[in-house]
Amino acid sequence: MLEIKNLHVKLEDEDKQILKGVDLTVPAGEVHAIMGPNGSGKSTLSYVLSGRDGYEVTEGEASLDGESLLEMEPEERAAAGLFLAFQYPVEIPGVGNMTFLRTAVNAQRKARGEEELSSAEFLKLIRQKAATLKIDSEMLKRPVNVGFSGGEKKRNEILQMAMLEPRMCILDETDSGLDVDAMRLVAEGVNALRSPDRAFLVITHYQRLLDHIKPDVVHIMADGRIVRTGGPELALEVEQNGYGDLLAEVG
Amino acid sequence: MMADTAVLAAQVPAVEGKARPGDAALAARLEALDLPRGGFTRSAREDAAQRLHAMGLPGARDEYWRYTDPAPFNAARPQPVELAADATTLFTGIERLNIVFMDGRFDAAASDALEAEGVQIESLAAADAKTDHWAAGLYGRLEASGQVPVKRPFAVLNTLAAAEGVLIRVTGKPSRPVHITYRRSAADADVCLHHVVKLEDGAELTLLETGSIGARSNVVIETDLGQGARFHHISAKRANDPKLGLGHIFVRVAAEALFKSFTLTVNGLMMRNEAVIEIAGDDAVAHIAAAVLGDGDIGRFHHDDTVFITHAAERCESRQVFKKVLKNGAEGVFQGKILVKPGAQKTDGYQISQGLLLDEGSQFLAKPELEIYADDVKCSHGSTTGALDETALFYLRSRGVPKERAIVLLVLSFLADALDEIEDQRLRDDILGRLEDWLTARAGNPGKA
Repeated sequence: MLEIKNLHVKLEDEDKQILKGVDLTVPAGEVHAIMGPNGSGKSTLSYVLSGRDGYEVTEGEASLDGESLLEMEPEERAAAGLFLAFQYPVEIPGVGNMTFLRTAVNAQRKARGEEELSSAEFLKLIRQKAATLKIDSEMLKRPVNVGFSGGEKKRNEILQMAMLEPRMCILDETDSGLDVDAMRLVAEGVNALRSPDRAFLVITHYQRLLDHIKPDVVHIMADGRIVRTGGPELALEVEQNGYGDLLAEVG
Repeated sequence: MMADTAVLAAQVPAVEGKARPGDAALAARLEALDLPRGGFTRSAREDAAQRLHAMGLPGARDEYWRYTDPAPFNAARPQPVELAADATTLFTGIERLNIVFMDGRFDAAASDALEAEGVQIESLAAADAKTDHWAAGLYGRLEASGQVPVKRPFAVLNTLAAAEGVLIRVTGKPSRPVHITYRRSAADADVCLHHVVKLEDGAELTLLETGSIGARSNVVIETDLGQGARFHHISAKRANDPKLGLGHIFVRVAAEALFKSFTLTVNGLMMRNEAVIEIAGDDAVAHIAAAVLGDGDIGRFHHDDTVFITHAAERCESRQVFKKVLKNGAEGVFQGKILVKPGAQKTDGYQISQGLLLDEGSQFLAKPELEIYADDVKCSHGSTTGALDETALFYLRSRGVPKERAIVLLVLSFLADALDEIEDQRLRDDILGRLEDWLTARAGNPGKA
């Protein structure tokens, strides 16, 4: 589903190379985790895939179901089925959560040539999905992420994901700032979305999120490259020994 | 002094034999006006003529006019301008008492009967045929007391020259808002209007203003709020109207009274709105807010909000919330002052002015001032100028919201604090809907990078 080949990325304003040849394939139905120390390029990878400004791809490519992502606008990537759950979800005062979600859902449907959801249809759908994430109607009415706790913000990200039904979901350190209960709730939300035609790329520092969202494949990223790939046991190895040994091994 | 203002006007430039640089301009300005003699307003007009004499018109070196060029307002006549299409549909779903002005003249045929429970409404021209009137103690009087410490010559000119306006006295709590609609037919209409609004103790009123006044307008509103009175004012003039507009609102707020004013401006040429608010009684509240959208591509755009709030009593609250979205070389100005007089303890004064610049050619100039002579007060001010938040823009787009729509949402987000100052949800939704329509329609014309 997601195919990344020899991706090289530098900062647009600085002569600083962040990704130095990333190769990664995530097939439909699988959950892949990317772990790695700070500054290894994990978040940059998620931003470049979703189309954030400020990065320049100097080499390589990335595609979703064979369609090249890198030339697309962020909204086109979203309509194509890509979703990024932010590490730091953005607060947007004055714009109701519900309005925002309805705008997003209908914009994507429109871009795909589908019929827009009516108010009633949308309400029914969001109430149902919000309930499973323990998001109450008050939280839906509030401005986007304003005054939300860390846990509420992350649950709101998962709600967006559930509403938008992307095929390729990237979770950027979704576990950061979450207590154990909140993490479980978020993980349940993600697990409920797992399906044979949907894939996940879970970026995290720690193994603990992977206790709840079981990955099929774990990648270790360092200095702008995937340096090791293995099964779930690789995450445990990191948890026990840290990145130091692993990286020394790779050289 | 002779009571003939026509004679007074002719005499205006003659100040102790010495001609000043602006005298000729003032004489020409007055010459172009048809000055009314006045009935109950006569002494106020005479007083204004004298004050204007002494004051003169503002010059480019005038500190209070540092960011806004007074020349277009000093000119004897405005340039004729093309009228914007009349598409005003605001507030139509709300039951209200309609007052219509056409080219600065009260249009009785187009207006509702000026009768409602708990309100007396008259046109100034009709009332000024009388020599005795409840508004005699207010017309030109609140304006005059608002001339210290800063001179506001165009308000004085207005007191002298305004032939029309509405006089509203509220004794109860009318169920309908009073809605003034301005219309114009002439391309060069130079309109001077003077409204007086008096709320007796415990009275309540919502005043709405929409439409297009003239190629150039000079409007003064004097508002006197009795104890415990509640006054809401919402002004949303026609969008895209190529106008020169000067507005002054002078407000006196008695104990426990509430004053709330919100102004929406969408394009235009050059506008300056001055608010002079004196909080005179304890436990009173005064809020003034504005949302401004200016596109320099439609014409020149320059918008100046100049606010002076005086706290002269204890435990009062004031808020100034000014938000301007500027693009294509548009200019926004904010001069806002909070003066806390000795003894005005427990004052809670707040002021925020923000410019959202959608391109590098636009500018927002802010001059916040606090002057405090009481020691137990809470006063704060903030002013920011910035571009759209790129992270927020990316966040919205990453959810599939197209860039143009995302910008609209972020602009509305930026303006939200100002819009929140409109208490009545129906009115707020109406304004919000209009803003959204306008922003969506203009979304294809982004600022120049």
